[in-house]
Amino acid sequence: MTVSSTRPGAGADRPRAREPISRGSDWDFELIREYDRHIAEIAADFGLDTYPNQIEVISSEQMMDAYSSVGMPLGYHHWSYGKQFLQTQQGYQRGQMGLAYEIVINSNPCIAYLMEENTITMQALVIAHACYGHNSFFKNNYLFRSWTDASAIIDYLVFAREYVTRCEQKYGVEAVEQVLDSCHAIQNYGVDRYKRPSPISAAEEANRQAEREEYLQQQLNLLWRTIPVSEEKQQQRERRRFPQEPQENLLYFIEKHAPIMPTWQREIVRIVRKMAQYFYPQRQTQVMNEGWATFWHYTIMNELYDRGLVTDGFMMEFLDNHAKVVFQPPFDAPYYSGINPYALGFAMFRDLRRICEDPDDEDREWFPDIAGSDWLKTLHFAMENFKDESFIQQYLSPRVIRDFHFFAIFDQEESLEYEVAAIHDGRGYQRIRQMLGNQYNLASREPNLQVVDVDVEGDRSLTLHHVRDNNKPLNEDADEVLKHLRRLWSFDVHLYSFDNEQVIKEYHCTEEGLHHGAEGEDPQKFL
Amino acid sequence: MINSYVIDRRLNGKNKSAVNRRRFLDRYRKHVKAAVNNAVNKRSITDMEKGESISIPGKDLHEPVVGHGQGGNRELVHPGNREFVEGDRIRKPQAGQGQGKGNQASKDGEGLDDFTFYISQDEFLEFLFDDLALPNMVRKDLKKSQEFERHRAGYSTEGVPANINVVRSLKNAHARRIALGGSKKRRLREIEAQLAKMKGTSETTERKRSKLEAEAAELRLKLRKLPFIDDFDLRYNRHEQHPVPSSAAVMFCLMDVSGSMTQNTKDIAKRFFLLLYLFLRRNYQTIEVVFIRHHTSAKEVDEEEFFYSRETGGTIVSSALRLMQDIIRDRYPTAAWNIYAAQASDGDNWGDDSPVCRELLMNEIMPKVNYYSYIEISPRDHQDLWYAYEDVQAQYREAFAMAQILDQAEIYPVFRELFQRREAA
Repeated sequence: MTVSSTRPGAGADRPRAREPISRGSDWDFELIREYDRHIAEIAADFGLDTYPNQIEVISSEQMMDAYSSVGMPLGYHHWSYGKQFLQTQQGYQRGQMGLAYEIVINSNPCIAYLMEENTITMQALVIAHACYGHNSFFKNNYLFRSWTDASAIIDYLVFAREYVTRCEQKYGVEAVEQVLDSCHAIQNYGVDRYKRPSPISAAEEANRQAEREEYLQQQLNLLWRTIPVSEEKQQQRERRRFPQEPQENLLYFIEKHAPIMPTWQREIVRIVRKMAQYFYPQRQTQVMNEGWATFWHYTIMNELYDRGLVTDGFMMEFLDNHAKVVFQPPFDAPYYSGINPYALGFAMFRDLRRICEDPDDEDREWFPDIAGSDWLKTLHFAMENFKDESFIQQYLSPRVIRDFHFFAIFDQEESLEYEVAAIHDGRGYQRIRQMLGNQYNLASREPNLQVVDVDVEGDRSLTLHHVRDNNKPLNEDADEVLKHLRRLWSFDVHLYSFDNEQVIKEYHCTEEGLHHGAEGEDPQKFL
Repeated sequence: MINSYVIDRRLNGKNKSAVNRRRFLDRYRKHVKAAVNNAVNKRSITDMEKGESISIPGKDLHEPVVGHGQGGNRELVHPGNREFVEGDRIRKPQAGQGQGKGNQASKDGEGLDDFTFYISQDEFLEFLFDDLALPNMVRKDLKKSQEFERHRAGYSTEGVPANINVVRSLKNAHARRIALGGSKKRRLREIEAQLAKMKGTSETTERKRSKLEAEAAELRLKLRKLPFIDDFDLRYNRHEQHPVPSSAAVMFCLMDVSGSMTQNTKDIAKRFFLLLYLFLRRNYQTIEVVFIRHHTSAKEVDEEEFFYSRETGGTIVSSALRLMQDIIRDRYPTAAWNIYAAQASDGDNWGDDSPVCRELLMNEIMPKVNYYSYIEISPRDHQDLWYAYEDVQAQYREAFAMAQILDQAEIYPVFRELFQRREAA
């Protein structure tokens, strides 16, 4: 991408001679287009590279619909979305919560929803935030570029929905629901973390599907062949090891290797897996994505004001909303619920700009490469090439740590006390940066589960290992999840939870149910 | 270059989630039904037409996801430090619990509260009718709140094409053409007459003739431009919605409250009364409900007492019928009121009272009521009362229904005849 060489931001010195685009808070379509035109102009001046925008004005009911289908414009039917809807509706109608100002979809064209109840100020804010902030992030961040295909997602959603509906007609709603329930339980394990996926495309998907059905069946038949082998041969042969390497992508493994799963179910597993893959980058870039969008709506709104396009009243309303969005309650506030990604991301991008434009000695020491550099280039580079974990480890500055009064708590299970491991001082900066980055590392946020063995020639049972991170056990849901896993696999499932190569806990899910006692072979043998 | 498209989607359906919502209700049918049943027992029978709040324990609809559980060692960064310095030690709130800090606790705690949502009036009745095994046709009938009839009411200048009144519209067009073209036509006829009379070829005649011909041509053109039919000629048939004139009805609920009636029997009876009430409400604008309970003597009571107070003792059904008869005479003259009665009992009656009941019904009550329904909620063999009532039914086939039922799904057949009769009417 190219970064514009004309420098915006000089508007502050210009006389504010122009007539503002609008006064008052009402909006109409012409006005939205007008604002969008000006915002697009400013965004282009700052070098934001975006997909075309499809801005859709919707009512609050429609917003609730969009909300409850995880922000997808269309999805397959499932009761859990109905539950989500009821929850949203309840909260909204009783005034317990407001609806999000915006939902934006990583597609090409990029779809953003504006709620009709909003004032024109809010509409402009949402356009700047979603249609130019998030949009440029979707288009340029490396995770999104390698994991999602924005131009194909809508088609794929249509394909998925139709396929699921067809299955419902053919096999009954309940049967489909069961498979979906089970898939949802392990949908966070539907990604190859270290392998790039092939982009999804609906047309190809439909074409290849029939082919896949046949091929799969053949493969399976080979793997599960029951024709007896002569005893002599059997003894000579080493027990076949399958899979040869541990597999972290449970959904993929089931889709390809579940012994007796009908093909339509494999297809559904695949659909859930592809959805999980689509959301995979979003789960890893919350701070960056929201920070980037917030940084740009802030910058663009101020630029609009500097160019004399909006009134003081407009700015007051905007700033009020902005302040709410980036508010970070302290840890001991009753409504504290973790670090606000908007606040942290916004602060980091703002500080990054400051380091470029107005560095002090500390910045020069911590960021010798970027202190005093071209801020636009630096910010774009940061946006394009990092995810939350690495972004924080690379760019979290001592100043931001001080501003947030970050401190690190070390919680040891056997100790009766927490220990304050680091605070915002010279000795703590590096440590906090490291720990906070790690906090956003998906691999440490989610337990590490891997398929290590299938008893191909025996009872076809599936064995998984859980390698504990800092001796953290699995939560109570694990039992239920394992039952879902067994339903998909159709044969017994064993899970061993390890810490330091010691089995701490065992889970055995058989036809009779689930128990935690020791069983069968030595679990260590696959280590 | 235009890179943005603004689209108005507000007119698109807003019920995208309807299917998912339905799925959810189906999945938790058991819970919803229980809540509806509970509400039916709690509410007054005249108060069925509103939604209900449904509560489902959070753990029942939790969707399991693997995550880290409590325990182990963890490091967490929090904002808002005020007094801590490195190396400070803070006591954990509960031994080994480690709750209350950061994401982990809130994540694990989430979803364990009850999940509460509302179902609409329609859905409420739907679940209720499910239990009562009502046919769909009847369900629809019961849910409609007011009946309207469409009446022709003159013509209007606006309407949908389907309602165009052709004759009226053409009449208007004709009138308009006369009004706008009449004078021109008259002038044209004059000119034509003059031209026909005109003779000779003198210069003045020629000039006059060509002038007249020009005027005639202009008139013809103007006349031709008059449209045969125009927008404002169109007339549409107009309809008005008139509420169906409805009169008042009174509903008598009679129930045996002697010692043998259990709460369960009463709950079934309540649904029976409720159904009759819903049916009446659909047909009459004002409905009054009279509750009469009886053991050896009858008493008019309010709803609460009717369903929930306990009595003991024997049973004399005729006492209730007598009281009903008195109340009709005093307060509900048959000229002004449609009278319905529903009686629930376990079939017990004082030995020699049943013939009295029969006589009362046949001679005094049945001639005055529109419909009398009787249910016997009992698994036992019929007793005298049943046989006495059978005689009544034989004589008043149209207006008397009776049935023996064991549970609530069997209530509806009692009404079937009643509904059928209304459909036919």
